[in-house]
Amino acid sequence: MFKGLQSTLVGLGHRAIEGVWRIGAAARLFFYVWVYLFESFKRPRLIVREIFATGVLSLLIILVSAFFVGMVLGLQGYNTLQKYGSSEAIGVLVALSLVRELGPVVTALLFAGRAGTAITAEIGLMKATEQLSAMEMMAVSPVARVIAPRFWAGVISMPILAALFSMVGVLGGYFVAVPIIGVDDGAFWSQMQASVDFRDDILNGVIKSVVFGVVCTMIALFEGYDAPPTAEGVSRATTRTVVNSSLAVLALDFILTSFMISV
Amino acid sequence: MSDNIVEIDNLSFGYKGRLLHKGINMVFPRGKVVAIMGGSGSGKTTLLRLIGGQLKPNVGEVRVDGDVVHEQSRDGLYQLRRKMGMLFQFGALFTDLSVFENVAFPIREHTNLPESMVRDFVMLKLNAVGLRGAHNLMPTELSGGMARRVALARAVALDPQIIMYDEPFAGLDPISMGVVCNLIRSLNDALGATSIVVTHDVHETFTFVDYVYFVSGGVVVAEGTPDELRNSEMPFVHQFVHGEADGPVPFHYPAPDYKREMLRGHDV
Repeated sequence: MFKGLQSTLVGLGHRAIEGVWRIGAAARLFFYVWVYLFESFKRPRLIVREIFATGVLSLLIILVSAFFVGMVLGLQGYNTLQKYGSSEAIGVLVALSLVRELGPVVTALLFAGRAGTAITAEIGLMKATEQLSAMEMMAVSPVARVIAPRFWAGVISMPILAALFSMVGVLGGYFVAVPIIGVDDGAFWSQMQASVDFRDDILNGVIKSVVFGVVCTMIALFEGYDAPPTAEGVSRATTRTVVNSSLAVLALDFILTSFMISV
Repeated sequence: MSDNIVEIDNLSFGYKGRLLHKGINMVFPRGKVVAIMGGSGSGKTTLLRLIGGQLKPNVGEVRVDGDVVHEQSRDGLYQLRRKMGMLFQFGALFTDLSVFENVAFPIREHTNLPESMVRDFVMLKLNAVGLRGAHNLMPTELSGGMARRVALARAVALDPQIIMYDEPFAGLDPISMGVVCNLIRSLNDALGATSIVVTHDVHETFTFVDYVYFVSGGVVVAEGTPDELRNSEMPFVHQFVHGEADGPVPFHYPAPDYKREMLRGHDV
């Protein structure tokens, strides 16, 4: 029994040390991304290419999801609001839900699943096939050439994707509320325009999407860069990207929201 | 200027409590092709990584052109690596770039040459390895031998002083192997470089190298010219050169007594 307890404690200790080590390694990588900030913007073509890979290729899944999310919000919102005789406020409900919360959060979760996994798998495989080592031996920093452009592409893409998500989501809500249910067209848009505040709603949503972009992209990059150079290692790293990004996004959403509401 | 471009001095290296090298001394004279040979897991590739500064020795030092590698700053190390080219075991070509772009990569990264000159340089290097006609192909469209040759063209793109080869013959058919052998020798002589070839392919290697180091158990167990080693009476060298299954390098991994282990199951 004593041996069992001892091995459990040893295992916990190892996991704790590994966890701290990984946080330190991720922080170091993040630091180097900033060190190579200027150098990576000297290669704008690389950043544009990565924006295409992470942002443009994620567009379809983001927009289709947004339309369905908007439609569900329209249905659920109308179902509740009509009980209180305020079904015209459906536009406000859809817009605020999307701009403040669902836009940044769902986009970040989809981004982690679509672009984050692709980044991790690509960098993990580059490591497994010694492409990163080859780059180092050519006196080219893999952080400057591979990591930093992907980081900036993710940080630039995420807010744009979240904005598009919110926009298409509102259209989805409109599609359900106005043509299908029969809510007044003018009331839908005018109430939305009157109630959605630029600073409190839209700007806060943008801040969230930027933070989620930084976190999701950084997790994906670190997991790929730190992946053991084996098939199993890359597969585990890809899974960790989705799990860690999702948890980080949801936890950060709570923290950011609590700050924004208290302000 | 020393006659040796690379010098390994009393080098020990290990990780996770296991010592891989225990006081290795080697020199690589300028202009020569030198092979490092030894069984799988003897730390040959690790030696290349120590020369390239990707790993740091626990004890001792590696000097490249007089500079101690592990004492260099990041910029110093990158300056030193500009003198080196390395061919990785399976080429390590960038899979998102074409053959042309792969060879152009180091040129674009380290020079400001106009595009027309980059093209001339790349075509020159690809012609040297016989793959000028393949410049538009992607790495996935190449055979193993072709990928190795493209990687070789990329390794010598900036005319390095030291060219390192990590298992250049692994998985190649006899024709490709012969082609790679000829290329290693001819490129070395044409560029006036020094080549370090890590391999365990005795017969091919002995046809074109100038000097050979045998590594086993973390130390240099034998060294000499191919002719000296071919006629060596040392049991390890004899076993390795003639490909004998058992000898100083045992066939069996260390294990408990065979009979006792087999009977143990029957006692239960």
